[in-house]
Amino acid sequence: MSESVSLTVNGAPQTVHAETDTPLLYILRNDLKLKGAKFGCGLGQCGACMVLVDGHNVMSCEVPLWSVAGKSVTTIEGLGTLKEQHALQRAFIGEQAAQCGYCMSGVIMTAAALLSKNPDPSEDEIKQALARNLCRCGTHTRMIKAVQRAARDMRGAQ
Amino acid sequence: MNAPAKTKLPGSLDSNRRLDQWLKFETDNTVTVYTGKVEIGQGVVTAMAQIAAEELDVTLAKVRMVAGDTVLTPDEGHTSGSRSIDEGGSAMRYACAEARDLLLKAAAKQLDIPADKLSVEDGVISGFDRIRKVSYWQLPHAELLAREATASVKPKAASLHSIVGTAVQRFDIPDKATGTPRYVQDIEVPGMLFGRVVRPPSYDATLKSFDAETIRKLPGVVAVLRDGNFIGVVAEREEQAVKARTAALKSAHWQEVPIAADEAGMHEYLRTRPGNKAAVMAERTDAAAKARAKTTLDARYTKPYIAHASIGPSCALARIDGIRIEVWSHSQGVYQLRYDLATVLKMDLDSIIVHHAEGSGCYGHNGADDVALDAVLLSRAAGGRPVQVQWMRDDEFAWEPYSPAMTTDVHAALDESGTIVDWSVEVWSNGHSQRPNSITTPSPVSSLLSAWYIENPVARRPQADPPMAGGGGMARNAPVIYALPNERVVAHRVEEQPLRASALRGLGAICNVFAVESFMDECAAAAGADPVEYRLRHMQDPRARAVIELAAQKAGWKAGAQSDGASGRGFAFSQYKNGYGYMAVVIDLALEPDPHVTRAVAAVDVGQVINPDGVINQAEGGIVQAISWALKEQVRHDRARVLSRDWETYPILTFPEIPTIEIHLIDHPEEKPLGAGEIAAGPVPAAVANALYHALGVRLRDMPLTREKIAAALV
Repeated sequence: MSESVSLTVNGAPQTVHAETDTPLLYILRNDLKLKGAKFGCGLGQCGACMVLVDGHNVMSCEVPLWSVAGKSVTTIEGLGTLKEQHALQRAFIGEQAAQCGYCMSGVIMTAAALLSKNPDPSEDEIKQALARNLCRCGTHTRMIKAVQRAARDMRGAQ
Repeated sequence: MNAPAKTKLPGSLDSNRRLDQWLKFETDNTVTVYTGKVEIGQGVVTAMAQIAAEELDVTLAKVRMVAGDTVLTPDEGHTSGSRSIDEGGSAMRYACAEARDLLLKAAAKQLDIPADKLSVEDGVISGFDRIRKVSYWQLPHAELLAREATASVKPKAASLHSIVGTAVQRFDIPDKATGTPRYVQDIEVPGMLFGRVVRPPSYDATLKSFDAETIRKLPGVVAVLRDGNFIGVVAEREEQAVKARTAALKSAHWQEVPIAADEAGMHEYLRTRPGNKAAVMAERTDAAAKARAKTTLDARYTKPYIAHASIGPSCALARIDGIRIEVWSHSQGVYQLRYDLATVLKMDLDSIIVHHAEGSGCYGHNGADDVALDAVLLSRAAGGRPVQVQWMRDDEFAWEPYSPAMTTDVHAALDESGTIVDWSVEVWSNGHSQRPNSITTPSPVSSLLSAWYIENPVARRPQADPPMAGGGGMARNAPVIYALPNERVVAHRVEEQPLRASALRGLGAICNVFAVESFMDECAAAAGADPVEYRLRHMQDPRARAVIELAAQKAGWKAGAQSDGASGRGFAFSQYKNGYGYMAVVIDLALEPDPHVTRAVAAVDVGQVINPDGVINQAEGGIVQAISWALKEQVRHDRARVLSRDWETYPILTFPEIPTIEIHLIDHPEEKPLGAGEIAAGPVPAAVANALYHALGVRLRDMPLTREKIAAALV
């Protein structure tokens, strides 16, 4: 049965109408036109669809709509925009930390969750935090550098 | 009367000869540059913009790129084989240099200043006085460019380059880092529906029963298409399409046909096909040298089927407006896809438009073209409404064309001093391409998956194998560039395809370089020589020697260094296609808890570098992917079905397993640019195997090099 579900997305209240078992990913991409989170596997194995729910990074392909009712969802679009980039987005662009870039928004969201808990992570902590984000182009070393750069910038800004 | 023979023009300018096919000056003081080469995650569109801006003397900010479109851009074939900068870049360079020259001559007339006294700054042409000036946009540019190129204007000397050769930031990354819609998966057009395919459980299955009516009644379902053995569903909402697919998979019953061999028997099955055709790919003889042979070595190396395993499953959008079909696709060749679609749909080329849109990572012939046909079939089933089809994860893993399984045998004879005096290589493989192309065939053929399953199927396009003159396919890098007095390379072409196979990054070079560079170490060991010194002993090419020496030096290679039994260090070298980019690499491998690479140090020579950061990015990515192949990857299957259907059944290298990587670039601004995308495919797996041998004295010759195989070899 289709139902109305209210939640907060990138700070704005939203009400969507869909089957309550619909994966959050499809709601974000198709109902709210937020295309940053990507479909990769639909199985919670690759991290391309990573978003934050109440600050925790989750794979939106396996989060049913009903479970986020009343919660606050942040997507890559909510971190920053082309004109006003988040430190992580600036750092990923600065390090040219992409080849195809399809995994990048998921990686950035995982990194955002990491940096909110641990503002000065070691390289090993970054690697462990990103263990569930797959990248096939092999851009890992640049993405690690980008997370380190963003962490430095964010600490410096405080 | 015969038309005079046309002069051969550089790269793809030869088949796209009009200057206005390449660039157009716009009313907003920008220049639109058209390239048939497309962005597949390698940064090539930005590199093309650099080349155009350099030759035109405009800033990059004035350049707008249009890539891969059957209406707008030149047909430059596929974006593949590390040929983009060579073919497309040289065409772009000559086209823009000639355009600048035509504009300059027109300006000379208008300003009454000799052309050789004029200079151009960001598109503004002026004399020394800087008072008399005119911009490109104020000249009759459309008229001037409405002509065939002659390639008579020499492009800039490398020493004058200020944009080419610099680490320009890629145009596409800001969008991708901020979630701004950009991928084919992100495109929405009004009234768009969502489609999914319902594949058989195995390749040659036929549909016995399917209850389409029940599926049609599911919420949101707009169309259910059963066309022979092809089933697809279309729904208003994406999750409805996914649910309809799940229900259809349950409803469909198939008669299956076994796969010809299981994993354990596959290599032998392929080697023993009665129809295998052998061809000599390289041969050089020196009987006197051969007579000095004292010891001989033989070894057999094998590589399993490897998947492209792109993170985003293949996707396309199609709509049909009356008789015109419009498709958005992440294909590597939009013109070739159009030709294949026209064949399957029995339509004119002119009634099909294919626009390139960026997709997830592309490392060769993946599902991009296939899903474009799926989208057209499902749009047709939905009355022409726009339908976006994205494959599910298991569709991608089970149905994409893999890099074929291969065997490479190597034989060598050494003289008294350990020097190689005889060398031969024998390869068994499928052809390495089954891509769409525009070549007319006696009867219709198609490369597109679903074309083989519909009620009136189109025959599979026969496999092709790129000729040795273009770098080869199955025998790519089977010949070596070491100075060996005797060399013989024989390739056995296998026609049977127990699993679907086509082009993946490196083609035959993956297995062949794994084989010959592992074997160089085996020869060095037999000769009691250091692997680096041994390679240099057999190498005369100065650029090859330079990368070998640089990699060894930067990694701190020490001849005769002993392993501690827990880690090892390996070396390998290759020049891609024996005429493209050079890479030498040193791999440090640790064995616990599972074999993993801790450090990779590579020296790279790709001739002239257009964008050094782009080359480094490609080299790093190639190294990571090749480490993943070497240690982990293999398409799992049994006699019934492909079993690799998700990331648990096809694991790849993850963040915690990523080594430190150093790339040392040797720039040759006056040499041809050689492409960087595939240089790591061969040497890295060999260097990993050589590191394992250094660590444990165990020689593994069957990829992937897993803990289980190491344990078995130690017993």
